[in-house]
Amino acid sequence: MKFAIQVNEGPYQHQASDSAYQFTKAVLEKGHEIFRVFFYHDGVNNASRLTIPPQDDRHIVNRWTDLAKQYNLDLVVCVAAAQRRGMLDDNEAKRAGKDASNMAEGFRISGLGQLIEAGIQADRLVVFGD
Amino acid sequence: MDDMEGEGTIKKFLYLNRKAPYGTVYALESLEVVLIGAAFDQDVSLAFVDDGVYQIRKNHNTKVDSGIGMKDFSKTYRVLEDYDVEKLYVEKESMEERGLTKDDLIVPVEIMDRAQMAALMAEQDVVLSF
Repeated sequence: MKFAIQVNEGPYQHQASDSAYQFTKAVLEKGHEIFRVFFYHDGVNNASRLTIPPQDDRHIVNRWTDLAKQYNLDLVVCVAAAQRRGMLDDNEAKRAGKDASNMAEGFRISGLGQLIEAGIQADRLVVFGD
Repeated sequence: MDDMEGEGTIKKFLYLNRKAPYGTVYALESLEVVLIGAAFDQDVSLAFVDDGVYQIRKNHNTKVDSGIGMKDFSKTYRVLEDYDVEKLYVEKESMEERGLTKDDLIVPVEIMDRAQMAALMAEQDVVLSF
């Protein structure tokens, strides 16, 4: 089955962020397909490469990056939600005249149309939120 | 959006609005998805349940002089029909629990009881819950 995943909450604050990862991993390990993972609301913060969790804790951001690498996942961060919260890739930082970017490897910034498209293309869209 | 696949597929999308309009950003960012999503010509419905019914209450006053200082986006619900988003449903019990009637709402809606709302959700292809 082809799944799309929507992540609405940020890392560490909410279980939703962990549950989305665990579900996505389980889907892939069972041999199903992930069409796209879309990060919205505070979920965009799952993509910050500046995240520094304590060493004995899970690294939520790197975990997504590694999973994306292993399965060639499409991790999309909503541009409107990201801009509000100071989440930028190199292009967005340049365009907005900011002196830094913070997007982790494996993620890309795009628009809300990508979420709707995921809803259309996937057999199931699963939303992880509060 | 010229990289879209599967043009011509029409699915039933339900935007499920559960949260109060201010206090969290869910309502505002849900509305942003609805507006962008309108370009995809899907079969769209909006439902308002729980504190979500306050999103379409008349007379929001959020201006700086009210002490709140946030953007009042409630008038945007009125232009949804220009985007061919015309199916708006409000849960009867949620409205009654909050002492609201149809006359308190900023847009025309169809009132549904909880059982009807459950049936509406069951017939959707995609439920985006905010």
